[in-house]
Amino acid sequence: MTPHYELPRDEADYSFGFLDEYAKKEVRRAILKAVAIPGYQTPYASREMPMGRGFGTGGLQLTLALVGPDDTLKVIDQGSDDSVNAVNLREFVQLTCPGVTLTERTEEATLIQSRHRIPEKPLRADQLLVLQVPYPDPLVVVEPSETKRKIMHGEADYARLLVKLYEDIVKFDEITISHRYPTRINGHYVIDPSPIPRWDVPRLHQSPALILLGAGREKKIYAVPPYTDAMPLAFEDQPFRVEDFRDAAGNRRACTRCGATDSFLDEFIDQSGGKVYQCSDSAYCAERLVERAEAAA
Amino acid sequence: MAYVAIKGGRAAIAGAAQAAEFLRTGSAETEAPLKLDTIEQQLRLLVSRVVSEGGLYHPRLAALAIKQFQGDTLEAGFALRAYRSTKPRLLETPPQDSASMRCIRRISAAFKDIPGGQMLGPTYDYALRLMRLDLADEAPESFKAVARRFLADAPEAELPATFPKVLEALRAEGLLPPVPEIHAAPFDITREPLVFPVSRSAALATLARAETGSLLGIAYSSMRGYGDIHPTVAELRVGYLPVLLPHPVTGEPMEAGEVLMTECEVVAMYGDDSDAPPTFTLGYGACFGHNETKAISMAILDRALQKGMRDGPAHPAEDPEFVLQHVDGVDSMGFCAHYKMPHYVTFQSDMDRLRTTRRKATENAS
Repeated sequence: MTPHYELPRDEADYSFGFLDEYAKKEVRRAILKAVAIPGYQTPYASREMPMGRGFGTGGLQLTLALVGPDDTLKVIDQGSDDSVNAVNLREFVQLTCPGVTLTERTEEATLIQSRHRIPEKPLRADQLLVLQVPYPDPLVVVEPSETKRKIMHGEADYARLLVKLYEDIVKFDEITISHRYPTRINGHYVIDPSPIPRWDVPRLHQSPALILLGAGREKKIYAVPPYTDAMPLAFEDQPFRVEDFRDAAGNRRACTRCGATDSFLDEFIDQSGGKVYQCSDSAYCAERLVERAEAAA
Repeated sequence: MAYVAIKGGRAAIAGAAQAAEFLRTGSAETEAPLKLDTIEQQLRLLVSRVVSEGGLYHPRLAALAIKQFQGDTLEAGFALRAYRSTKPRLLETPPQDSASMRCIRRISAAFKDIPGGQMLGPTYDYALRLMRLDLADEAPESFKAVARRFLADAPEAELPATFPKVLEALRAEGLLPPVPEIHAAPFDITREPLVFPVSRSAALATLARAETGSLLGIAYSSMRGYGDIHPTVAELRVGYLPVLLPHPVTGEPMEAGEVLMTECEVVAMYGDDSDAPPTFTLGYGACFGHNETKAISMAILDRALQKGMRDGPAHPAEDPEFVLQHVDGVDSMGFCAHYKMPHYVTFQSDMDRLRTTRRKATENAS
C-alpha cells in the first residue's frame, strides 16, 4: 500500500479508525467474550482492511476498535518499530485516527500492536498488548477440520497434540515446535500464542497486561486476560525450553550493539561472512545503548 | 563491524510505491492515461470480475481499482472490499426475482426449444480464437464504425423485455423438488463469521464473491471425477436485474437501479433413497457482472456442497469447510503475499530447533 494512500472522499466521511461504528462495536463485543472465556477463539465477522490478509488485519481491527485519541500507540514487527510492516500499520493508524500519539518506547505505550514478539520490557496492568495471528488454532497441525477441532477444544481434548509432542521426543529427543508453541490458558483452552518465539511464551503467564490476539483472515479473537495462568504444553520429564543462545563453549551470546545477554537475539551474517547477534527488540536495545552512553559520560 | 541492514522502513516503502507508480504510467511520455470510461466499457469482463470478487457493485470504483493496481484482479477486488468495510449496512434487500432480468444473453443446454427461445447474445463461445491482427493498430474511425454498423444492421425485432425461467417448466412437470420454504433471514457473510456447519445461504454468499479461478479449479475437480455429477446447464442468463428496495416512507418496492448479473442453474441426477419419486437436483450460481465461468462453477459447487451437507463429503468439492474456506481471493492472496514479509524471529526459532535436534542426532550416533 502506498504511503500516500488517500481515502476516497467522494462519498460519506470515514469514521475515526476507518471501520464503521457498527464494525467496531462488534469487535468490542467479541473482545469482551474472549476475555470472559480465557483462550476461547471467539468468531467475529472480520472486515477487509486496506492491507493484505496475513499482514496483521486481525490485530489492526482490534487496535482500531480499542484506540482512542488519548491513547499512545506502539507498533512493532519482528521486535522492531522500523520494520516495513510496522511502519505501514502505524502510518495507517496515524491517517485514520487523528490525535493518537505514537511512540517507540514500550513504557510510554498504552496500546501495543505486535507481530511475532512480546517486548522484552515487562508490561504493566495499564498497558494492552495486541498480537497479530496467522493461525489461531493449535489443533490445526493434527486436525484440518474446524468442526472437529471445535469439539476437541470444548472437551479440552488435546491428546493428539500431546501425542505429537511425544512423537517428537521419540524421533528427535526434543520437542521440535519452534514458535507458535501451544499454551494452555487458565487450565482449559490451549491456544496458538501467535508466532512469538518460545522465548516470549513465559511472558504470557500471569501477565499484568491484557493480551488480545486477533486473526483477521481466520476471523477469530481470543485473549489471555491479566493475571491468568498460561502454561506451555510439556511433560514432567521433558520440560518446556526456550531458545538456546549459548555458544559452543556454553557462554550466553550477547547483543553486539548493546551487550545484552538477557534478550532474544536476531542472528545474521555480516559482510565478512561471520555470524552476528543483535537484540530483536530494537526499542530495548536502543534504550540500553543510551543508558550505556550515559553511564560512560 | 559491518552492519547488515535487515530492517527497511519509511523510505523503502515510499520508494517502492514510487517505482510501481512509475511503471503504472507506462514509463514513457508518449503514453496516454487510461480513462475510467475506457476501462469500464472496453475491459468490461475485467470490471465484471472485480465487482464480483470485490463483493461491491460499483463498476466505476472497480475501473479505478483496475487502473490503480495495473490490471491485477486480486488487488483490485481487494481494494473494493476494503472500501466496503468503511460503509455501514443500511438495509437488507428483499429477494430479487431473476425472471425480471433484462437479458442480453440467455441459453439452455437442456432443451433446444425453451419458452421465449434461446438468445445467444454477446459471447466468444463459438468464435475461433484466431489472433485478429487488425485490432493491433485500430484506427479510431473503424473503431467507431463497428458500433454504427451493428446498430444500423440490428433488426427491429420484437424482443420481449423479460424471459420466463427454464426451471419453471421442469418444476411444473414435477422433475425438480419443490422450492423449499425458508423463512430464515439470509446469512450475511459480511456481518457474521462462517461457523461450520453453515447454511446454504452462507455457502452461496461465499461462492458469489469467491475468486473465479479458485471456484473453477475446485469445480473442475468435481467435473473430472472427484465428484459424481455431470451437470446440465438448464439455464444461463446474463443481463440487467432491477434492484427493488422498499420505499422509505410507503414501504412499497421501488426500483433503485439495476445490476449486471450472470445467473446459472444446473440440474443433475442422483439416486435418492427416500420414498418420494426421484427428481433432478439443482445447483445455483449467480454473481455480479458478466462472468459465465464463475456462475457455472458456482452452480456445480452448490450442487456438490448440498450433497456433501446431506450425505457427508466424499470428495474435496463436496466438503463445505474445504471449499468455502479456500475460495476467497482476498483471504488467499493476502496470506500468500504475507510470506514475503520478514520472518526473522520465527526462522531464528526454527534454526534453534533444527540445530538442537541435529546436535542430538550426531551425539546419539557417536
